[in-house]
Amino acid sequence: MIIKKLKKYNLIGRGGASFPVWLKWNGVRSARGEKKYIICNAAEGEPAVFKDGYILENYPEEVINGIKMALKTIEYSSAIIYLRKDYYKKFKIKLKQLIGKSPIELRKKTGGYLCGEETTILESLEGKREEPRNKPPYPSESGLFGYPTLINNVETFFCVSKIVKGDYRNTRFYSISGDIKNQGVYELPENWSIKKILTKTDNFPAFNFFVQINGGAGGGIFSNKELSKTVSGSGAILVYNFKKTKPINLINQWINFFYNENCGKCVPCREGILRLKEVLSEKKPNLEIIKDILFALKETSYCALGRSVPIPIESLIKKIWTI
Amino acid sequence: MDNLINVKIDGRKVKVKKGRTVLEIAEEIGIDIPILCFHPDLSVKSNCRLCVVEIKGTDGLQTACSTVVQNGMDITTESLKINKTRKTNLEFIFSQHLEECPDCVWMSNCQLLKLAKRYSADITRFKDRKSKRPVLQFGPIVFDETKCIDCRNCVEVCPVNFLEIKNRGADTEITPSRNRQKDCIYCGQCITHCPVGAIESTGEFEGIEKPLKKENKYIVAQFAPSIRTTIGEEFGLPYGEVVTGKLVAGLKKLGFYKVFDTSVGADFTTIEEAQELAERILKQRNLPAFSSCCPSWVKFLEFYRPEFIKNLCTARSPQTILGGLIKTYWAEKEKINPENVIVVSIMPCVSKKYEINRPELAINGLKPVDFVLTTRELARLLKKNKIDFKNLPSESADAPFDSPSGAGVIYGASGGVFESTLRTAFKKIAGKDIPDFNVKEIRGQEGIKIKALKIGNRTIKTAVVSGIKNAEKMLNELKKNPKAFDAMEVMACPGGCIGGGGQPLPVSAEIRKSRAESLYKIDGEKPLRSAHENPIIQQIYKDYLTNRKNIHSICHTKFSPKKKCPINKLKNSLKTHA
Repeated sequence: MIIKKLKKYNLIGRGGASFPVWLKWNGVRSARGEKKYIICNAAEGEPAVFKDGYILENYPEEVINGIKMALKTIEYSSAIIYLRKDYYKKFKIKLKQLIGKSPIELRKKTGGYLCGEETTILESLEGKREEPRNKPPYPSESGLFGYPTLINNVETFFCVSKIVKGDYRNTRFYSISGDIKNQGVYELPENWSIKKILTKTDNFPAFNFFVQINGGAGGGIFSNKELSKTVSGSGAILVYNFKKTKPINLINQWINFFYNENCGKCVPCREGILRLKEVLSEKKPNLEIIKDILFALKETSYCALGRSVPIPIESLIKKIWTI
Repeated sequence: MDNLINVKIDGRKVKVKKGRTVLEIAEEIGIDIPILCFHPDLSVKSNCRLCVVEIKGTDGLQTACSTVVQNGMDITTESLKINKTRKTNLEFIFSQHLEECPDCVWMSNCQLLKLAKRYSADITRFKDRKSKRPVLQFGPIVFDETKCIDCRNCVEVCPVNFLEIKNRGADTEITPSRNRQKDCIYCGQCITHCPVGAIESTGEFEGIEKPLKKENKYIVAQFAPSIRTTIGEEFGLPYGEVVTGKLVAGLKKLGFYKVFDTSVGADFTTIEEAQELAERILKQRNLPAFSSCCPSWVKFLEFYRPEFIKNLCTARSPQTILGGLIKTYWAEKEKINPENVIVVSIMPCVSKKYEINRPELAINGLKPVDFVLTTRELARLLKKNKIDFKNLPSESADAPFDSPSGAGVIYGASGGVFESTLRTAFKKIAGKDIPDFNVKEIRGQEGIKIKALKIGNRTIKTAVVSGIKNAEKMLNELKKNPKAFDAMEVMACPGGCIGGGGQPLPVSAEIRKSRAESLYKIDGEKPLRSAHENPIIQQIYKDYLTNRKNIHSICHTKFSPKKKCPINKLKNSLKTHA
């Protein structure tokens, strides 16, 4: 019943990977397993993305209700909310109150950014080194401790709750930050363009600017000529003042983030990011090497972390940094 | 056949079985996809990213080792795009790996160098980033972190989780555990599963000429049962080729004064172990009885599970019994001062390098064995001396330790020790020959094999185990049910000594199978199948091992709980530590 509704509203996951929610739910529901897990991903760890914290603070009852819907839909299941450490501290009491006697457990995130990646969450919850797993098998077939597992983001469970109650208004939560006046999280229609969102929130800059969409590290760069696009994925808009932003500093900032957050499992990520960092610290970076490294990262990285490294860098170079 | 699916690979349409990986089907039809971290013994990790292929309709390249083929899949295994990323990833890997090719266990067979050529990788494009990492030695193992490419094969294969992953990202370090509750048991599986030679045994290969350089000494060699079906691989012969005669000839060409067969030593071990087993069963004491000729298994119990030490048979391992007899019985007979005898064992094993230094083995102050060379080391020594092994005419080992029973030969395979022991114990207990010399249930490559054998009016239940993780399962079973079985043979290495840490590279279940089958073939063709029938053994028990004292000092040993051994930092140029 619920799955039908999710399908009808064509709800798309709000974690970043943009996967249809009903398909995931259906997969876990029909997967064979003597027990099943539901995980609410509240690990939110990318710079400029902070809407899940906002939702947990303002609408925790919706999130818990969404999880309860999943518990109801998926037989023999229990749930875990996997929380960033500060979220755990801040929201634990309220969440426990709302959970009551439902089989929902709160667990603290054990690592960094990568712990927001769904298979890494599984490893973390199993007490292992925080690293991604091979897919397939997908978590919906074999997830936590080998049982079928549904992993959805905080906002996704919020939306589920709204849909079930008939309150869903096709909105989403935007984290808006950067060189603007009114930083914050805004709940707005999901079909609004970047331009409309910035205008309506009174954030449209008077100066020349560009934006980074869906995350302050792995998000793509869009120029001020591309503002008619809508925002999907994790729903983050980061505004940069064109004049005040030095592209090379920005790239270094991203690389440093990925350098600190990669797990070291696969060759391109572990070695490639290190070498990018080295090459970029040189006076005249060798573009040929940078290109080769980005290509290897994009094509051969084990998980989305490595594959996303080239996204901001290449789009910045192409659209903004006229060398 | 509905379990067949259609796939296209490099333009070729093929029907393949469901559930197989791209790598497997490519191998089957002769398409060579480069692999480095993949090992058939281990789980698929997809860390090295060299086996990437294109699959039509998917974003980004996919690893062939982990991708299961689907009906209609269109796979490309070589393209500009693929080769470009392979080249870059190889250059990354080389930047972690300090080349020291002439001294590497992979030398002529180095996958890294082959791939560098194939993809025109610039192996010095990025500067070596690990040159300041330490070279660590623990027992007979040397772990050179300057060569490690973080593939983690060693971490997975280590049965005691002694090798650990520290830190993250580019600071990742694979390193021996400093935890006092963990110690290496020296099985050397990390060596045979490292794709880049970052781990080797002490003295490999700087120390190989040392034993033969001793002046004014009688330098004698003994070779372990399994070497005769493995060393041929080093010279391009097929897996499992029996080369006993060439092996003896090669050792003689190197200048050894005498060449003895450790399988004769194994016959002594069998006699003593069968005796012990029979006694323990009759007296129902210290059961189940555990085999004790694998020094890694012994070290495992002494360090991790000392409560089981009492279960170990005290019979010495074949190399130490034979070494002891060489320095006593043989030296006396030859009128040679045993101090002038140097015994060099050719072993499939790095743990044997540790075993010979156990002080309780000394006889009249002398070590029964002075040096251990692994199969790989002997092969290197033969090559260095330009000995054309493949074309050597066969020679026989030297009397009196020249002719083992078939039982002594199968010691090299998991199950062989107990098959030998059962043949002799049966005779001892029942007074007649075992109905079938071939105890097939305990042969083969499975990690745990069980056989219940009726001897007279009792049934003796034996477990045969290879791999320490399997042994742990059985020990835990024993904790629950101490009478689960009467005897257990354990070899630390998969498949027994034929899969040992000192054996030729590469290794896989298929290769181990060929090596083991050849040992059973030798056994099957021997007129004498049991240790107690061997006239040499009978003679020596009549002439020399006539009293408890002699038997005890030459054929038995003792065990005691052990503390963690130190981890030493070696200078890069000074790795010889044997």
